[in-house]
Amino acid sequence: MARMTMIEAVRSAMDVSMARDEDVVVFGEDVGYFGGVFRCTQGLQAKYGKTRCFDAPISESGIVGTAIGMAAYGLKPCVEIQFADYMYPAYDQLTQEAARIRYRSNGDFTCPIVVRMPTGGGIFGGQTHSQSPEALFTHVCGLKVIVPSNPYDAKGLLISAIEDPDPVMFLEPKRLYNGPFDGHHERPVIPWSKHELGDVPDGHYTIPIGKAEIRRQGSAVTVITYGTMVHVALTAAEETGIDAEVIDLRSLLPLDLETIVQSVTKTGRCVVVHEATLTSGFGAEVVSLVQEHCFYHLEAPIVRVTGWDTPYPHAQEWDYFPGPARVGRALMEAMEG
Amino acid sequence: MDEFSRLSLHIPEPAVRPGDQPDFSNVKIPKAGSVPRPEVDVEPEAIRDLAYSIIRVLNREGEAVGPWAGLLSDDELLTGLRHMMLLRAFDARMLMAQRQGKTSFYMQHLGEEAVSCAFRKALRKGDMNFPTYRQAGLLIADDYPMVEMMNQIFSNESDPCHGRQLPVMYTSKEHGFFTISGNLATQYVQAVGWAMASAIKNDTRIAAGWIGDGSTAESDFHSALVFASTYKAPVILNIVNNQWAISTFQGIARGGSGTFAARGLGFGIPALRVDGNDYLAVYAVARWAAERARRNLGPTLIEYVTYRVGAHSTSDDPSAYRPKTESEAWPLGDPVLRLKKHLILRGVWSEERHAQAEAEIMDEVIQAQKEAERHGTLHAGGRPSVRDIFEGVYAEMPPHIRRQRQKAGY
Repeated sequence: MARMTMIEAVRSAMDVSMARDEDVVVFGEDVGYFGGVFRCTQGLQAKYGKTRCFDAPISESGIVGTAIGMAAYGLKPCVEIQFADYMYPAYDQLTQEAARIRYRSNGDFTCPIVVRMPTGGGIFGGQTHSQSPEALFTHVCGLKVIVPSNPYDAKGLLISAIEDPDPVMFLEPKRLYNGPFDGHHERPVIPWSKHELGDVPDGHYTIPIGKAEIRRQGSAVTVITYGTMVHVALTAAEETGIDAEVIDLRSLLPLDLETIVQSVTKTGRCVVVHEATLTSGFGAEVVSLVQEHCFYHLEAPIVRVTGWDTPYPHAQEWDYFPGPARVGRALMEAMEG
Repeated sequence: MDEFSRLSLHIPEPAVRPGDQPDFSNVKIPKAGSVPRPEVDVEPEAIRDLAYSIIRVLNREGEAVGPWAGLLSDDELLTGLRHMMLLRAFDARMLMAQRQGKTSFYMQHLGEEAVSCAFRKALRKGDMNFPTYRQAGLLIADDYPMVEMMNQIFSNESDPCHGRQLPVMYTSKEHGFFTISGNLATQYVQAVGWAMASAIKNDTRIAAGWIGDGSTAESDFHSALVFASTYKAPVILNIVNNQWAISTFQGIARGGSGTFAARGLGFGIPALRVDGNDYLAVYAVARWAAERARRNLGPTLIEYVTYRVGAHSTSDDPSAYRPKTESEAWPLGDPVLRLKKHLILRGVWSEERHAQAEAEIMDEVIQAQKEAERHGTLHAGGRPSVRDIFEGVYAEMPPHIRRQRQKAGY
């Protein structure tokens, strides 16, 4: 067991996977010699050689397209898109190809690839380094979508993703790379070394894809969230004193509907929180499922807290990011209904 | 007064349109046998002119001439002819089946049979193609069962894809045929990835990517060439230039570059143009490229100059966008007739044997069709289960798809 940042945990997952399985290869922009702009692949090329961890041209469709070809051959590519905002050139390869190969060929060919990408804001990245495109993946049948909220989950889920027989989108909230950010940007950064979920086993372990985790037991209201917003929601619960049950979805597709339904049935109130934009966001799907399955247990309208329906602004980042104050107000709103 | 006049936009136009006389005077055809055959380890710089010429073996008299000739035996050529005739007969029957409502859609190869049939011969078992929808010759020439192809076309109860994929979008890992997407150019870069994987694993197998003249305009074409060039992937990158992208003439995708093959030059990839209607030339060039790949010398770009005699698919009528007699004016002739002429000249074939073979092959196709139709056609007889809609999206069915399947009553 070691104290790890989320960067180290992600790196450890790839390290463990590459050591166990020679078919695992890692590549992407700046990923090889330098070890990635966030250093997630640092040391992997030196350890496993240039043909298993290497730099790719700046071509996301090329990175994902070649990964698909490698997977058809029998390798297990785990590729990095430098920022989730850069994934759009690869979207054709992901939606029309990776997601469909098993289906359209009736299993003659499969596509076990992992596409890692830093996601979300909070680092003054502006509109091209802050996006949260998870709903663009959850809308695609054939993909799996994971958003971890801490180093322990990131490692276990990434190993699961690499071992998964189908394509997995692995979105790493970049504001969580170095610490459990609670939305109070004006305060000093709390490092993962001071958080229990920074305790990460050195070796191999997995966390099942499709299982949520309850981060805070509560009875008054259920908060359904994932990624950076898990920590913001926990802080909002403490600051408002509202006894919220906070569910960290971890995996958006497949989704752990059972945990959601159990909790909302118990609390009768529900707040859905994500950093991505509101309209047609993943929260819309969650809200719909909650009303389908828990309608007669609901005591108030479901409240959503999300990024605004605008591009991610630069200077006004903290007016865009749904911080603990906004989540806190939503909790109160859900309690009043 | 400014020294510059106002700007105007250039829109390329084909030389002729419906009602005009066909005109291929812009297609420069070098004499058969006139293009040299370089060593496979030649520096790409030294053979730049091959991207602007056309490698041809069969001349007008039906003789095989020049440095690219002499690679195939009588028996191999007779088999090649048989494959092309089989593909042509298969197409004819399936086109008719589509007209009869037995399938929703079909795409034929008429005039382009040599490209995929001869290419397949240059590959080995275990190599992998990433084809488009007009390379069924890769399957035919590898003896993939016609009945299986028809089962897929008819979307019947024995459809290997269980009714999920459009007709003619075959898949066969065993026969080195990657599942056809139906989207364009995506598979080109995947072929490069497959080849990179083979090199990463120090394997001996190579890959082949396929693309049409029109879809070279896609950015994935560029991505594929970048990756192939950067990593010297053991891949053959094929461009089938059949002159037409549905109704759009090849000048729209080609733009100001002289040829499609020339696109490879900027990447340092050896680029060759070949007479796509010449079985011997296609095989010779494919073999050259395959040898380069197997010797770890990297990728080769090949442009097959051919002509799409038929419609793009059963959904378009070529007379609406090009002269009706254009295919007859195509200066590179018909691949089946050219190989037939050559074999007669070699003394191993005759008009009588050809006519007899045609009849036998058609009978073979009809027998296969009867067998396939026993398993159903699109709107009659056995069909895939509704359950098949929900299977195979993932290796393991997730709960939400299971709930939807139950809701559908299965």
